[in-house]
Amino acid sequence: MSYIEIHDAVREFPGKDAPFRALDHVNLTIERGEFICLLGPSGCGKSTLLNAVAGFDQLDEGSIRIAGQPVTQPSLKHVTIFQNYGLLPWRTVAKNVELGLESMGMPPAERQQIAEKYLELVGLADFRHRHPAELSGGMQQRVAIARALAVDPDILFMDEPFAALDALTRMKLQDEISSICREQHKTILFVTHDIDESIVLADRVVIMTPNPGRIKTIVRVDLAGRRDRTSPDFLHIRDHIFTEFAMKPADQTEYYI
Amino acid sequence: MKKIIHILGAALLLLISWQALVLLGGWNEALLPSPARTAAGFNELLADGILVADIQSSLSRFALGYLSSVLLAIALGLILGWYQQIWAFLNPIAQVLRPISPMAWLPFIVLFFGIGEMPALVIIFIAAFFPVLLATVAAVRNISPVYLKVARNFGIRQPAILTKIVLPAVFPSIATGLHLALGTAWVFLVAGEMVGAQSGLGFPHH
Ligand SMILES: Nc1ncnc2c1ncn2[C@@H]1O[C@H](COP(=O)(O)OP(=O)(O)OP(=O)(O)O)[C@@H](O)[C@H]1O
Ligand SMILES: [Mg+2]
Repeated sequence: MSYIEIHDAVREFPGKDAPFRALDHVNLTIERGEFICLLGPSGCGKSTLLNAVAGFDQLDEGSIRIAGQPVTQPSLKHVTIFQNYGLLPWRTVAKNVELGLESMGMPPAERQQIAEKYLELVGLADFRHRHPAELSGGMQQRVAIARALAVDPDILFMDEPFAALDALTRMKLQDEISSICREQHKTILFVTHDIDESIVLADRVVIMTPNPGRIKTIVRVDLAGRRDRTSPDFLHIRDHIFTEFAMKPADQTEYYI
Repeated sequence: MKKIIHILGAALLLLISWQALVLLGGWNEALLPSPARTAAGFNELLADGILVADIQSSLSRFALGYLSSVLLAIALGLILGWYQQIWAFLNPIAQVLRPISPMAWLPFIVLFFGIGEMPALVIIFIAAFFPVLLATVAAVRNISPVYLKVARNFGIRQPAILTKIVLPAVFPSIATGLHLALGTAWVFLVAGEMVGAQSGLGFPHH
């Protein structure tokens, strides 16, 4: 039995004439500690799948189990990080990080201590008294990451968390989230439509296609440690994924890994 | 400093135009008194203590009407903004009632509450009620869904959702509504007092 089991997932939305299939019999299993990227063009159902696994949305058919338990609602053990960060603008950075700890009935002193620890981890300890609006996008996303990690979840769900950031900040955060999550043994389901991002982060890249939303293939990324975006192995995998999306001219040499 | 000059200049301009109107028009002094006569009358009212008493009774009436109105409007607005199925039925009614001038309610107000203290209070209540109600409902409906998702994810339940998410999220919009309502309600205070109140700024002294 795998840690996360998505079995025959179907999700339909009402359409003009016929219902629209955002997910069409999707099957996927994820092991504990794996970093999985969902990769695909806009509208292929990545967010729909993530929302269902995170418990925000229900399937029409099929089932999703985490550690054997059917998913019916979001849980403090499975935290989602959103593209627009989802920070509460009326709270300071530190109070945002404490948000989840408050529901755990933890005394204030302990909350502060934990918030401090995770703000340090993401390099924002000096900004604890600021409000989110006073921070750059990259810093805001770091706060959201600290807030998610603070409740010590088993799983992190991320829906294009870095999409709104500039390329250099994005690469920096990719490296950070990758090392943090591996050190802390989190299981990650990460949505992106950036091919390089998926190769930097994932153990396996799940390639999805739209109309209806399906899994096309799964590409294993066997690169150890911190990934060099310019290494031949990296480019090799990149090439392979391009081929999967049929974004390469047909007459080029094919590579398989 | 510059601002004070502007204000003084404006006051002077007003006084000159007023005096000019009195001199050129030649109307009865009782209908259009000159600035000097008005100042004397003002002094008299002040010396009698009538003016201070009037301001006091107007202010307390205003405070009572305004506060009761906005408290009810905010409470109702929070509930109706949250339960949108109910609001869907009440919204058309609110849209019909909202543009009716508070003064147009007067016949009903007098019918229900008689004359005296109540009409002014009720008119202030009505004048403040709809702006605040609609601002609150709109603010609750416009709460970014991501805040509510975050709350669900982090195990926040009612009543904490109300105190930690909804109230802080809607506060800025409600504050704007309160401010708007303050102006509207004040305008109708004097009008309301002209209907049978025995004191206040709208009650004519001769
Ligand atoms: N609540 C909804 N109501 C109707 N249709 C929806 C809803 N949510 C998603 N869809 C449709 O389902 C399809 C998949 O949407 P989804 O958001 O999962 O795509 P995505 O892969 O995340 O795309 P993107 O990269 O643009 O975020 C889209 O065609 C979308 O229009
Ligand atoms: Mg999406």
